[in-house]
Amino acid sequence: MEDLLLTPGQYARLYNGLRATLQLLGQAFVLGIFLSLVVGVGRLSERKWVRAISFGFVEFARGISSIILLFILVIAIPILLGDIFPWVLGQPVIVMASIALGVNMGGYGAEIIRGSIVAIPKGQTEATIALNLNPTQRLRYVILPQAMRIILPPMGNLTIEILKGTALVAVAGGYDMMREVRNMEASMLAEGVIGVTALFVNALIIYFIVAQVINALFRFGERALDRRFEQREGRSAIPLSVAQPGGN
Amino acid sequence: MNAPDTTSAVDISPKGAASVRMRAVDKSFGSLTVLSELDLDVEPGERVVIIGPSGSGKTTILRVTMTLERIDAGTIQVGGQHLYHEETATGALKPASEKHIRNVRSNIGMVFQHFNLFPHMSAIENVMLAPVKVHGTPRQEAQQLGMELLAKVGMVEHANHTPGQLSGGQKQRVAIARALATQPSVMLFDEVTSALDPELVGEVLNVLRDIAEEGKTTMMLVTHEMGFAREIADRVLMFDSGRMIEEGPPSELLSNPQHERTRSFLGAVAEH
Repeated sequence: MEDLLLTPGQYARLYNGLRATLQLLGQAFVLGIFLSLVVGVGRLSERKWVRAISFGFVEFARGISSIILLFILVIAIPILLGDIFPWVLGQPVIVMASIALGVNMGGYGAEIIRGSIVAIPKGQTEATIALNLNPTQRLRYVILPQAMRIILPPMGNLTIEILKGTALVAVAGGYDMMREVRNMEASMLAEGVIGVTALFVNALIIYFIVAQVINALFRFGERALDRRFEQREGRSAIPLSVAQPGGN
Repeated sequence: MNAPDTTSAVDISPKGAASVRMRAVDKSFGSLTVLSELDLDVEPGERVVIIGPSGSGKTTILRVTMTLERIDAGTIQVGGQHLYHEETATGALKPASEKHIRNVRSNIGMVFQHFNLFPHMSAIENVMLAPVKVHGTPRQEAQQLGMELLAKVGMVEHANHTPGQLSGGQKQRVAIARALATQPSVMLFDEVTSALDPELVGEVLNVLRDIAEEGKTTMMLVTHEMGFAREIADRVLMFDSGRMIEEGPPSELLSNPQHERTRSFLGAVAEH
């Protein structure tokens, strides 16, 4: 059993790698959720050109494998566009890799959001029209809060997919936990030290734990949403007497 | 907050009833013509009940008035304002902007057969949504208005309950309070008791009676409750195949229909 434990120094290096992985994941997640919302809603726009662009984005982001997208952003884009947009040359690999993973997540996430909005009964939208809410208010206060219940479970799965996708960044020349594992492996082999198996088992367990934490966070979110559909109690309840004029 | 008005509660009475005028309204769904060359005048404060077999276009009349469906041709005026058109400087009509439609639509309210309450909001939150978000009413004031409206429909004890906890009749009463919260001049009721268990119909009809008695709102109702129509309506309109085939006060139209189609329809309804 102790064969599977690494030295404190090795754990310190894995921790550095994990921080890079979580930073990648966090940046990709923020971009991915943003794109999911914008494109998912755009897929249902009344304007044809908005629908067309959104559809094009979804097909592009889903149709291209994440590793190719990573190579494009990390290697090809700086070469191709470096002259026109000098900004891309100065970017660390982690930024370009986050964009690649975020675009990838956005493609799948947009379809989740579109599907969940379509799943809300039409009568809900009709009621918002009868109350004269504007289109943004309809989404913000009525449709998305209900759609969130449908969105969260698959979005949690997608986030875990993106976590696994971050390991590809090592192949594209970026630094993450997987890169650190490969570096450690290389030096161990060079020095003739045994324990490479233990190294990979430890990395696997760390990825597993991160995935479980993501799962738990999303389930927490689901429970919080479910409570919106239940009776208001305590501070969120309002007193049952007809309020006095002017309030308190 | 504004200084409290100590003499009276928030005014929850409607802004005043408005007329509805339809001229040559056409509406089809694909090849199916639902309304054809429809002319219809509803006077301010009038209570009009629309009856007819399914597919006669009666619900569509309410839906085009609420702008849930857009008309293909013709004009609709609410309170003297064109709903789907704007007048140009020369007096000609051009298609209305969304802004104009929203503006005129603020005079109209609707209650649906299937309630369409927002399930993630409590009863009071449902009622408060439009006042707070659309009309910019301060929360405190909107809450007070909401509680008064819930009191009016007998739902105060359920203010903190969500729709999932309410019976059909209770849901519909909250939905009526929600529609009243925008203080509409014209209220549309689309078969509001059809989805209810028979023993729950009465509680909803009682609320409608109260609104009718106040007489401050023009009411257009589609219903199969002929007894209720007889009691509440100033005028009953009989529709068939997208056309109004007969109209008159309930005492005449329901008791002594002139048109053969009306007779057979009333006979079929009465058998239940």
